[in-house]
Amino acid sequence: MAPILEIVRLSKHFGGLKAVSDFDLTLNEGDLQGLIGPNGAGKTTVFNLVTGVYPVTAGDILFEGHSICGQEPWMINQRGIARTFQNIRLFPNLSVLDNVRVACHAHGGYSTLEAIARLGRFRSHEQAITERARSLLAVFNLLGRQNEIAKNLPYGEQRRVEIARALAANPKVLLLDEPAAGMNPSEVGSLMELIHFIRDRFKLTILLIEHQMRVVMGICEQITVMDFGQVIARGKPEEIQNNPKVIEAYLGRGVSYRTAQ
Amino acid sequence: MKLKLPSWGLLVILLAAGVLIQLAIQLEVINAYWALVLTYMCIAVLSSLGLGIIYGFSGQFSLGHAAFMGLGAYTAALITRYAGVAPWSFAVALVGGMLLAGGVAWLVGLPILRLRSDYLGIATLGFGIIVRVLFENSDKLIPATAGARGMTGIEQPQFVFLWAFLLLLGAVLVARNLRFSSPGRALLSIREDETAANLMGIDVVRYKTIAFVLGCSFAGLAGGLYAHTFLFLHPSNFDFIKSFDPLLIVVLGGLGSITGTIVAGTAWVAVLEGLRLVLPSNILEWRYVIYPVLLIAMMLTRPQGLFGTSEAGVLVPKEETPPAPALETEVTADGAHP
Repeated sequence: MAPILEIVRLSKHFGGLKAVSDFDLTLNEGDLQGLIGPNGAGKTTVFNLVTGVYPVTAGDILFEGHSICGQEPWMINQRGIARTFQNIRLFPNLSVLDNVRVACHAHGGYSTLEAIARLGRFRSHEQAITERARSLLAVFNLLGRQNEIAKNLPYGEQRRVEIARALAANPKVLLLDEPAAGMNPSEVGSLMELIHFIRDRFKLTILLIEHQMRVVMGICEQITVMDFGQVIARGKPEEIQNNPKVIEAYLGRGVSYRTAQ
Repeated sequence: MKLKLPSWGLLVILLAAGVLIQLAIQLEVINAYWALVLTYMCIAVLSSLGLGIIYGFSGQFSLGHAAFMGLGAYTAALITRYAGVAPWSFAVALVGGMLLAGGVAWLVGLPILRLRSDYLGIATLGFGIIVRVLFENSDKLIPATAGARGMTGIEQPQFVFLWAFLLLLGAVLVARNLRFSSPGRALLSIREDETAANLMGIDVVRYKTIAFVLGCSFAGLAGGLYAHTFLFLHPSNFDFIKSFDPLLIVVLGGLGSITGTIVAGTAWVAVLEGLRLVLPSNILEWRYVIYPVLLIAMMLTRPQGLFGTSEAGVLVPKEETPPAPALETEVTADGAHP
């Protein structure tokens, strides 16, 4: 079966800075993969390239066999790649329900004129959007919060709203950028179950960036490690844990230094 | 069911009120001066609602609103000059002014709406100055506008107040229907976080264009009414300085609040004219000191505006706030994350 997302020799240069160079990654349908690396390794840049925030310097990104390089972010989202953000980026002054309904918009199915005149497909489709958003909120146990303003929610709930919002666009691939950042251990535990659950329930392919090793090692089937914009290792969690290059990237050259003595 | 005034009932009451006020104007119970003030209230609110869609809903900062109002005003005045002010020709003139303003907005927006909001502010500021210069020299092309001397000889149609009032009602309805719809939420999301909106599948440029064209059409419509209320047009009436009037109204009322725009617009005209009654004539010009002071006080004590982003209940469709469920019995991953 052809991979759902294939990143081929992807590079991104900001002036002289090579943020990402020759990055390869293949996601097959149903995968749950992790992308890790020290701060500044270029992980989020990869997400920004895949979702169209930055133009690609070189290389290609294939989604379901077609290149999505050079497409606008909203087009890529509508094709089926959704994401969350490292620093939560909800629409702060909109209600929780509206945050999710915004992401249903592309599949809303009625025009601005129909909205203004309240005619045609407006009523039935608007109802469908609301129902869809509410059922997503229900999955994340947020239905009771639907009318609250997003910025007033506690941090953990904002993270869940963000995932619900990403799912509202009906994606095939979900990119999670540090979903466990700032969570306490019990929240992290339920987040891990949640990620497993949504993958099965929504038939998703998930790629996640994470610093908390407990999450990465706990749920990812395959892990790619980046350092200085390049892939330095790839494999199953246990292989990664014992890879000397990875240890070096995270902890420095301590071991090899001692041997050099 | 609880006893609640249906929105249709409210609409009928408002229509009746409009007709009654117009009747009072015809019978000279309300004198010509106050008729002007009341009509101007409708015009100011109508124009501000347009800016509310551009700046309040979608967060695009525009300083060219008066220029679009001027385009509508001159267009409508020129049409009635040749077609007369019978109801049908007046309607054609108003629609003509509205379409021209909207069309120009679309052309102006094509290049600049791809940029972020601040650039739009600068570009529309420049556009406002160009339009003013255009008006000042327009007599070389169309002698009837009289250029910098100001256009006179505009005929007054009948029942101008009622026209303004009804069109304002229509505009409120349009703004409200837009606000509580999927395209409307797309606009709000652009205001909140343009990048995130883009990444959530919102065609940002398209929706910014829709907001800008619609908002400027409102300004054009308001301009047509303005021309036929005051019967005199001068380029300085549509200077970029005048663009601050709707801006103040929108910010004062609360960015994104239709209710706030209506209240602030009405109050703004009322305060300007009311001070004329209260203040002795020798310090009349102090009005322009008093209301900025009110503004500063307002911004210090309530920076989010009178209404913030909230709306009066009658403007919110009842299906908009589905009740939160009493019991959460929906399936979840498990009980682990309550």
